[in-house]
Amino acid sequence: MAESENIVAETAEKIFADLADAQTINHDKQGAWKAPLWQALTEAGLPLSWVPDDLGGSGASLAEGFSVLNVAGRHAIAVPLAETMLAGWLLTQARIASPEGEMTVVPASPKDRVTVNEDGSLSGRARGVPFAKDAKHFAVLASGSGGISIALVDAAKCRIESGIGLGGDHNDTVTLDKVQPVTTKSAPKGFDQTTLMLMGGVVRSLQIAGSLESMLDISVRYSNERVAFEKKISKFQAVQHNLARLAGESAAALAAATSAADTIANAKSFDNDAVFLEAAAAKIRCSEAAEKGSGIAHQVHGAIGFTNEHILHRYSLRALAWRDDFGSESYWAVELGKLVANRGADELWPLVASR
Amino acid sequence: MTAALRFDPIRLPEKCEQLRKEVRAFLAEEIAAGTFDPYAPNREDNDAPEFSRRVGAKGWLGMTWPKKYGGQERSFLERYVVTEEMRVANAPTRRFFVADRQSGPVLLKYAPEHIKMDILPRICRGEVCFAIGMSEPNSGSDLFAAKTRATKTDGGYLINGTKIWTSSAHIADYMIAIFRTSPPTKENRRHGLTQFLVKMKQPGIQVNPIGQITGQFEFNEVVFTDYFVPDDHVLGEVDGAWKQATSELAYERSGPERFLETYYVLTELVRAVGKNPDTRSAEGIGRLVAQVHTMRRMSVSVAGMLQAGKEPVVEASIVKDIGTVWEQQLPHRVRDLAAFVEETATNRETLEKQLDFAIKTAPKLTIQGGTTEVLRGIIARGLGLR
Repeated sequence: MAESENIVAETAEKIFADLADAQTINHDKQGAWKAPLWQALTEAGLPLSWVPDDLGGSGASLAEGFSVLNVAGRHAIAVPLAETMLAGWLLTQARIASPEGEMTVVPASPKDRVTVNEDGSLSGRARGVPFAKDAKHFAVLASGSGGISIALVDAAKCRIESGIGLGGDHNDTVTLDKVQPVTTKSAPKGFDQTTLMLMGGVVRSLQIAGSLESMLDISVRYSNERVAFEKKISKFQAVQHNLARLAGESAAALAAATSAADTIANAKSFDNDAVFLEAAAAKIRCSEAAEKGSGIAHQVHGAIGFTNEHILHRYSLRALAWRDDFGSESYWAVELGKLVANRGADELWPLVASR
Repeated sequence: MTAALRFDPIRLPEKCEQLRKEVRAFLAEEIAAGTFDPYAPNREDNDAPEFSRRVGAKGWLGMTWPKKYGGQERSFLERYVVTEEMRVANAPTRRFFVADRQSGPVLLKYAPEHIKMDILPRICRGEVCFAIGMSEPNSGSDLFAAKTRATKTDGGYLINGTKIWTSSAHIADYMIAIFRTSPPTKENRRHGLTQFLVKMKQPGIQVNPIGQITGQFEFNEVVFTDYFVPDDHVLGEVDGAWKQATSELAYERSGPERFLETYYVLTELVRAVGKNPDTRSAEGIGRLVAQVHTMRRMSVSVAGMLQAGKEPVVEASIVKDIGTVWEQQLPHRVRDLAAFVEETATNRETLEKQLDFAIKTAPKLTIQGGTTEVLRGIIARGLGLR
């Protein structure tokens, strides 16, 4: 998405350029950058991009929102923009209005479950919930005897065990112990936890792809500045070939993530093999690219990239951390492998070719 | 941004899907008739002249070319569908593939009209086979070190020297080759090579087969001794082949053949594993499918951008780089997983035979048509490193 396809992504790009400069953020130990950035994003209606006007949002299309997330990944931003967008999207599925402020989704892993009790309260434990500590509300997917529900929950009513993830952002354990939600409604027919995980996986894929684009960019620039053995290191063939491989990983991640986003933006439902293939493959391929790509970016930077002072880790560690959210690549590979095996050998190519 | 790579999420248009059905039906008929065995990519006899003619009769050769030369004026995306379906079915495309992908487009651009009218319709009918004469015994990746001479004589040129690793030269009717017409200059070492159309199966050309580690004899040594080429067989500018060689390569680099060469082992693995794979097999298959899906989406994206008149040169090189590295690794990853396949799997023998052949094929995939090292140099240039 090099060429901004839409005004929403352009707006996001401008806000990040003005208020989320990586160097500034990296040197600001107090976090003074955070409030003005969130305020600007909120004023532009970005956190609730995927919530229609009548439910309190700005009513952007899925495609527009996805391109915002790719841009957000390029800036590796450390505020819960993606999480609030995803939470707003989840609430919208059940026509629940979105409140103001930061949100995140519970659960954030395919393994964790929240249940609806007989009295309508919610119980469960969700690990690895991104930005739970920063969120005012949670959008919760829960199941009970009445089927699957979507609920808006006040974060203050939940127990939050604070944790910091690989990327340096909050990654917390949320426990709901008979919590009465603000609102609960039935999820639409066919919507289940897999749906949420697929959507969350595509969100993370776009962010990883964006961060890889930036890792490529700063690595190329650094190699053209840094002199060793009396020449720029970009002139060494070994370095050139490493950067060419990084470009390949970045390209693969971008292609897989944008293809999956395009599929979801144009799909009538999540309940088909094509959506599953696209979304699962994106998460798998982007996660693999995160490992290979960030490894090369660090190798090109040498020791300086391993310091807190340098911005590289803002991208590399987040890309690595995002692999774990909404199902790791190992998880999705098993699920995709089962799907392919179940369809049978002669149905594999028709599935691939249908995309 | 230093390097803004683009992979637009292009989808094949609806008319491609109709075409795909036609191609699949045609291939199913050919398989049923015994023309080829889709499970045996290692068949010795992969030259199938009658099959070529039938593909031509369907209008699937030169399908993007102007109608007056026998083409169909269809899109590159339609050609893409035909190519990928043939590849996945292990169809015997050797006789027409080079002419359709590479040689025809070169003739379209550089050949005189009477030659175009003569040869292009025959390519479209599947009647002629082309080879490409680039490498020489001491010049492979370094194309511009070529020494085979074309010496000016009355009405044409006399060719002396040797080309090597020339695929299909033993069955080819024509070769498009580069020969040295002048020495390189101090300013430009790429100067002095000229592209020629060469009629094969003539006195003055000796084709010596070279056995490959797969057991096949696909490539050859081609020796020219005072072989005469008329003036009208010069393609493009004399001494200026270097200007012509690079522009069309994007089409050549990023097609389905750049990641599907060993695809068949994945299909057979899925068959061998059955409907209820254990966790290890499922994960392994899932990762491989994620790769092939991503490669194809990248490749279709480049095809679509080319069709739209863009020039995704770096993107195309990336597709070939990671696509060929992947298709090279694929048989080894399938082998890892095949170690746990039940002895009773009905296709066990087929899978083992295929793996044996694919593992032998694998080393060439990152060499033919431009090595990984050359490609990464091109990508590095695109990134602004050279």
